[in-house]
Amino acid sequence: MRTFARTAAALLAASTFTAMAACSPPEKESDSGSNKAATAASAADAGGMDALVAEAKKEGQLNVIALPPDWANYGEIIKAFGTKYGIKVNSAQPDASSQDEINAANQLKGQDKAPDVFDLGGAVATANVALFAPYKVSTWADIPDTLKDPNGTWTNDYGGYMSIGYDSSKVPAPTSVADLLKADYKGKVALNGDPTQAGAAFSGVAMASIANGGSADDIAPGVEFFKKLKAAGNFLPVDPTPATIASGQTPVVFDWDYLNVAQGTKLASWKTFVPANAVVGSYYVQAISKDAPHPAAARLWQEFLYSDEGQNLWLKGGARPVRADAMEKAGTIDKTAFGALPKVEGTPVFLTEEQTNKAKEYLSANWAKAIG
Amino acid sequence: MAGLIARRARKQAAFRWIVLVVLGVFFVLPLIAMVEFTTRGDQQTWSLLVDWPQLSETYPDLAEGIVASLLQASFTALMMLVLLVPTAIWVRLRLPGLRRLVEFICLLPLTIPAIVLVVGLAPVYAWVNYFLGGSSLTLVFAYTVLVLPYAYRAIDAGLSAIDVQTLAEAARSLGAGWGTVMLRVVLPNIRSAVLSAAFLTVALVLGEFTIASLLNRTNVQVAINFLGKSSATMSVAVSLAALLLAFFLLLLLSLLGDRRRASR
Amino acid sequence: MPRALVRARSLLGTVPFFAYVAIFLIIPTLVVVIGAFAGDEGGASLSNVRALKESFILAAFGRSILLSAVTAVIGAIFGALLAYALATARPGGMLRRAVTAAAGVLAQFGGVTLAFAFIATIGLSGFVTVFLRDQVGVDIYSGGVWLFETPGLILVYTYFQIPLMVIVFLPALDGIRPQWREAAESLGGTTWVYWTRVAGPLLAPAFLGSTLLLFANAFSAYATAAALVSQGNPIIPLQIRGALTSEVVLGQQNLGKAMALGMVVVVAVVMTLYALLQRRTARWLG
Repeated sequence: MRTFARTAAALLAASTFTAMAACSPPEKESDSGSNKAATAASAADAGGMDALVAEAKKEGQLNVIALPPDWANYGEIIKAFGTKYGIKVNSAQPDASSQDEINAANQLKGQDKAPDVFDLGGAVATANVALFAPYKVSTWADIPDTLKDPNGTWTNDYGGYMSIGYDSSKVPAPTSVADLLKADYKGKVALNGDPTQAGAAFSGVAMASIANGGSADDIAPGVEFFKKLKAAGNFLPVDPTPATIASGQTPVVFDWDYLNVAQGTKLASWKTFVPANAVVGSYYVQAISKDAPHPAAARLWQEFLYSDEGQNLWLKGGARPVRADAMEKAGTIDKTAFGALPKVEGTPVFLTEEQTNKAKEYLSANWAKAIG
Repeated sequence: MAGLIARRARKQAAFRWIVLVVLGVFFVLPLIAMVEFTTRGDQQTWSLLVDWPQLSETYPDLAEGIVASLLQASFTALMMLVLLVPTAIWVRLRLPGLRRLVEFICLLPLTIPAIVLVVGLAPVYAWVNYFLGGSSLTLVFAYTVLVLPYAYRAIDAGLSAIDVQTLAEAARSLGAGWGTVMLRVVLPNIRSAVLSAAFLTVALVLGEFTIASLLNRTNVQVAINFLGKSSATMSVAVSLAALLLAFFLLLLLSLLGDRRRASR
Repeated sequence: MPRALVRARSLLGTVPFFAYVAIFLIIPTLVVVIGAFAGDEGGASLSNVRALKESFILAAFGRSILLSAVTAVIGAIFGALLAYALATARPGGMLRRAVTAAAGVLAQFGGVTLAFAFIATIGLSGFVTVFLRDQVGVDIYSGGVWLFETPGLILVYTYFQIPLMVIVFLPALDGIRPQWREAAESLGGTTWVYWTRVAGPLLAPAFLGSTLLLFANAFSAYATAAALVSQGNPIIPLQIRGALTSEVVLGQQNLGKAMALGMVVVVAVVMTLYALLQRRTARWLG
């Protein structure tokens, strides 16, 4: 009888506790000014660009997430934004994946450390549109229609092509993807992540697939290639980081061209090479959080990124900004940086949502087996 | 008998040195690799590291992270001492039936990986944030829970070694209240165990990364990780420096912990 | 004083602890456990728990348990030896303080930095590997690159398991009284008899408890494995990470929670075995 009473009491306590925890704490009072910014869908809505800047300065801070300083030159972009407007940028979780950004937004909802803006991979963005606030930047018209959501819920920001980065002082220069199967590359080739988890690795396998006779619809030759790479002893399952690249632990890395180019600025012998006729590209997605703790600063950040200054800073980091065509026509593009982009031979391939889903299924079923 | 003891002391000394040398080599090799990486070529890593004003100017987040970590370590150790030590002793003495339950609870934080624990901690921290704000110090609540397995095991090992029941009965029969029993009779006998628990607490808090990172707060490991994005060699150097810092802190702790014994 | 009142007063002493733990440990655990039974579109569902039967998840559990058990035993044995070496040193001496402080620090050293340090030491171009290959003529990778598979994980995990054992087990060794040794000797016992009949059984509960801690520590450790083995998620914590943070295969949050529930169950089972073992070894004392 006593044990029954004890377990009943424990269960009651447990359910009460969890019910209490499940409900969120009451919303903090917010002043009317930020409310206006929180629903502004363009600079005009917020009362004009100057009003937006003033409101953002009043907020004083911006929370960004998953923006490593050497990723498409974000380090310089963050610094430039901070100096130009006097706003403190809090950069959290530089290693986070796109899903981590969404998790943080959900877990930190209502707190002042929640992320204000997102920079996401396409798949995660499309799945979480409900979390975004629509906003059309001043330069909206310059962005190609295929690279933005008509309602302004999200916009592509920059893109690049899949490349192979290598340390020219440690390995011979590869001329094609198939070269990597040679004995010179034994224990040296790394992929930036697991393709069933990271978008960059996924595109890496897609590129290997196209280079080995596959296509955007068929990722199997890519998995086959990595299987052969593993069998030859050339595949290194280590996660490549700036530290492993600088120390020579990962002399060959499959990664976005702008990331490899950034490593090249730190290590003089690091070169980037986009294989001919196996050009896989992808754009990342920029969005503003609906529950942003600093809504005006978030929108100002967006305006900055899509201004000529922001777009050229991305270009400086080796990424291709979405307004590149418009800026080239207008002559505002940074010509030196544009010319310094890695040479690309062949038509770029951008996987559609259907093709991505099909490839995902194949990878989930076969990747672990192929390289396990 | 004296000859026997001397012979045993020599055998123990030989055993001690063999074990220390073999394991010492195993432990020191990776550290040597880290030093080698940070002193390769003509880099300025260590000279920048010891230049504190220059360092905090180039990497301001690092100073913030170090201070946050030191505060977190002190408060977590305090919280652990206040919460866990009396409970462990109390349960041992008065509620032996609850021992298994307390042991399981104290092992629970280890069964759940940090990334999942954050999912569960998020709603609790929403409330913490509402009452206490979002400073990095509020991580102390989560850290006290994280440190439970290690601290409890150390204190429990210490309590197993002494005959707590007899000590307590003897003290009670001489008229001591339960407070006196715990504070003045049992506690001095498990000093080494409590010190070990404090060690583990400080070391754990200084080495913790995942929960601080996922809750978007800062500590030394988060700062080092961020640093690593700009400079690989600097982050490895700072990691080594953080290890050394923790080592000296613990050494200090052990010297202070014994100061009282010397004064008796 | 009536028994019920005495018992109530005793229980009152544990209220602060239980209240704290309820808020910061039990509630998060319950949130995760309840999430394991949540369907992906809301509402209750057993699909995620049933998904645990998939072969790749079971294989990951198996590998996790193997890895944790092996490193727990290796860590326990070497850690106990090192702890004994320290216990026999001069009690207030610098050697003991320094090694104990070092152990405290290394017990929590892990993650990306540890993986990096190990690759730099014994990786394919690590300085020990190169030394062995060039000076001694031994190629440790002739049989395949084991560093990034389970054997490698075992090696790297023992790096923090051994110091952890030292810290946690040393207090028990400190409790050994020299009088026991003298008593055993004066009754004609040899060293062997002393260890198997006197000190051994007395230390067994603490030793087993520490080994259990090492097991749980290895079981849920993931930062180091994540940095070392970034492909294929061979162990459960990496599977959970994949389920929670993958940006390619989405919508698996509740599966991650179900796997966490599985982990709690495994540790509960191991704890039961440990309790049974404790009861048997306690009989030696009686």
